[in-house]
Amino acid sequence: MSKIHITTKVNGEEVEFLADPRDTLLDCLRDQLELTGTKEGCSTGDCGACSVTVDGTLVCSCLMLGVEAQDKQIETIEGMAEDGELHPLQRKFIEHAALQCGFCTPGILVAAKALLAKNPDPNETEVRYWLAGNLCRCTGYDKIIRAVMDAAAEMRGAA
Amino acid sequence: MSVSKPLPHDAAKLHVTGRANYIDDIPVPANCLHLAFGTATIARGRVTNMDLSPVKTARGVIAVITADDLPYANDVSPSAHDEPLLCDGQVHYHGQPLFLVVADSHLNARRAARLAQVEYALDTPILTIEQALSADSRFEEGPRIYTRGDVDYALPQAKHTLTGSFDIGGQEHFYLEGQAALALPQEDDEMIVHSSTQHPTEIQHKVAEALGLGMHQVRIQTRRMGGGFGGKESQGNALAVACAVAARATGRPCKMRYDRDDDMIITGKRHDFRITYQVGFDDDGRLLAIDFTHYTRGGWAQDLTLPVADRAMLHADNAYFVPHMRVTSHRLKTNTTSATAFRGFGGPQGMIGIERVMDHVARHLGRDPWDIRRLNFYANANSPKPQDTHYGMPVRDFILDDLCDELIKTSAYHTRRADIAQWNANSPILKRGIAISPVKFGISFTLTHLNQAGALVHVYQDGTIRINHGGTEMGQGLFQKVAQVAASRFGVGIEAIKITATDTAKVPNTSATAASSGSDLNGMAVQIACDTILSRMAEFLAHQYNKTADDVVFCDGTVRIGRREISFAQAAMACYQARVSLSATGFYKTPDVAWDRIAGRGQPFYYFAYGAAVTEVVIDTLTGENRILRADILHDTGNSLNPALDIGQIEGAYVQGSGWLTTEELVWDDQGRLRTHAPSTYKIPAMADRPDVFNLSLWGRDNPAQTVYRSKAVGEPPFMLGISTYLALVDAVSACGSGYANLDAPATAERVLAAVERVRA
Ligand code: FES
Ligand code: FES
Repeated sequence: MSKIHITTKVNGEEVEFLADPRDTLLDCLRDQLELTGTKEGCSTGDCGACSVTVDGTLVCSCLMLGVEAQDKQIETIEGMAEDGELHPLQRKFIEHAALQCGFCTPGILVAAKALLAKNPDPNETEVRYWLAGNLCRCTGYDKIIRAVMDAAAEMRGAA
Repeated sequence: MSVSKPLPHDAAKLHVTGRANYIDDIPVPANCLHLAFGTATIARGRVTNMDLSPVKTARGVIAVITADDLPYANDVSPSAHDEPLLCDGQVHYHGQPLFLVVADSHLNARRAARLAQVEYALDTPILTIEQALSADSRFEEGPRIYTRGDVDYALPQAKHTLTGSFDIGGQEHFYLEGQAALALPQEDDEMIVHSSTQHPTEIQHKVAEALGLGMHQVRIQTRRMGGGFGGKESQGNALAVACAVAARATGRPCKMRYDRDDDMIITGKRHDFRITYQVGFDDDGRLLAIDFTHYTRGGWAQDLTLPVADRAMLHADNAYFVPHMRVTSHRLKTNTTSATAFRGFGGPQGMIGIERVMDHVARHLGRDPWDIRRLNFYANANSPKPQDTHYGMPVRDFILDDLCDELIKTSAYHTRRADIAQWNANSPILKRGIAISPVKFGISFTLTHLNQAGALVHVYQDGTIRINHGGTEMGQGLFQKVAQVAASRFGVGIEAIKITATDTAKVPNTSATAASSGSDLNGMAVQIACDTILSRMAEFLAHQYNKTADDVVFCDGTVRIGRREISFAQAAMACYQARVSLSATGFYKTPDVAWDRIAGRGQPFYYFAYGAAVTEVVIDTLTGENRILRADILHDTGNSLNPALDIGQIEGAYVQGSGWLTTEELVWDDQGRLRTHAPSTYKIPAMADRPDVFNLSLWGRDNPAQTVYRSKAVGEPPFMLGISTYLALVDAVSACGSGYANLDAPATAERVLAAVERVRA
């Protein structure tokens, strides 16, 4: 199958790659662009490890084809810290020990950031249900929820 | 001192920025090949014909390997040599690897693997416990029996007796990172394999056998796993060996990772059990005699079934002294995936048996189940006469009476129980339930020789320190804990310590990171290595300054020699220049353990870890739906090496344990096909399932056993706190009528609903 030339923006930078039409966006990010922070946990849209935003919308990159990325704005975990400065969510995840094996962490951070962009002042239930599509097998979730709530509070204060 | 500080996981910053590499993230050379297994589509029978030509000609395929192509051992079993890497003609389960596809991409390998034309002569599969018993299909001759007292005499003497039987489902590990391995062929026939494994030495052993090499020619590295939970103790062997064999055949790097459904279909899971019991007790609910029978499906290969089933027997008493006790264990061989290690390693299954009995007895007598539990506890650690377990080990460190009394108070158990009863009386549809369950879990490998560990510590001339040990990092924070031990020994900040990937070329002959033993064993080995270097440094510095070694103190990044003070870096440089060796190995073996698994007698454990949980749930009696409203946990970590990491382990374990007993249901059909092989059908707890109120405290008293900084193992014991969720559901169901709920696990919504109907009948 012939490959298709794709031009798109990832984390603010214009990139080009050749996509096999069968490749998912997740495959393209990981294999073509070497952005391996986005993980594959299931490849069926059930675990959220592959979460990225496309034009600001949270998506499972395992459910989107790479060729659909043409002319989009894609944000991945690699773009979350700016100029070496951790995003408040990233800092709070470290402070609250909200990770263990860390495999779910990039996806959860991207999803949480998308939540706070929509709703800067979520209550705990909103956080829980928004992130219910991001599975974590290690933490039991408690610290993740605390970290997100705390980061949201800090970001509101800072804004 | 950095021990006991709640410092973040050593790789936390890498994790939050997406820069922590797992196997599939390691950059590979452009000529790297990708592998996939073609798998059997029947559960039992013989392959009569396998036409692989469509596979060989499929796009991107470089080679197809079958059992006949393997130059050396065709075996990936950790124990009984009964687990061929590739099918030798006989099919033992649906999903068994038949052949190996080597292709230029992961997708091409997977697509090609489906194209084989395979013909089979079918045999009737042995799938259920009944079928296995009637075919006498087992892993050991007859059942194994551990016994104390005279059950047959004592049972008929008891004023009350009850019998029961219940099923406990298995569990998929669902480590978020699937199994993966990467083999890199080296000069002179050597092989390096990166493996997502809890047991690098076993991978090394199996790869060496498969390549006809000595173990010294094979090097295994494991930086981290994306979760393990026991599922990467032996189940990574097949991928690592496949990669090594393909890399040898092609001369190119080879990588293999299972997609989620392959992972769930091919790899082993927690053993499911049926437990039957007959219990005798008096009017107060004091247990006099108990007769347990365990039936477990081990699947098609032995793997770790024997020690798992042993550990279930060893936890059949949990926290309770029963004068006459017998546990009979049947280890059944079935045509299902080979059941394997999973957090608790049989302990949870054994333990839920007696917890169920306690509950049954209490409900029979119309008593609060907590009272019955309290009444039957082992004697307290302070009592002059410790009581023996049913396998003859005295319980000398028992604290559950004190610990549970405290938790009963802090969780307001009694008030809430009364409130719930009142609430239920006025709530016809929704019913609440509450329960406490204690945990006493034995720490050590029951195979005594595994209780050893090695470490390698280097101090560099600038005063920085690099350490390595045989334990593997799967998210539990072992590396961080061990780094904190090293920092404390040298009296330096944690930033001076670098801990490196587990590597069989640095520390040899390691045991699996399992049985919760990671920090007990490796922390101690590192401590011993550090102390060897420290004593060399102290001796030299004391001599330099005309003092004795006892006058040399390492703390806060400095070294004090009498009244002189120099930085640790200066001390390291001085030692280097004086030709003092700044590198050492450390070796530790757990003292005082000895166990005869056939007789069922001895001291299999160095100590016990304890904990308890109170869980409150609500059920919907029209649908069986349920959720956890509140959890209160008090858990014994000894003097925690890192409370933040330990609390994380406890929370995660409780949720995973609750998942095992509620939503996580494995369904095999009558053809032996696993129907729940993806997260769309197999439900682990999600963020929305977290209890509304989640209170957790540590019982932070020193471990009386001489462990590293008097800490206790924490990986597995809190998993069994999830049993309180199951018991709370039983309690809620019991509020619907007067019959016994007789709830099987997992207590899915369907089962809860059926139980509600039963107690109403
Ligand atoms: S990998 Fe995309 S949702 Fe799981
Ligand atoms: S930290 Fe391991 S899956 Fe979330």
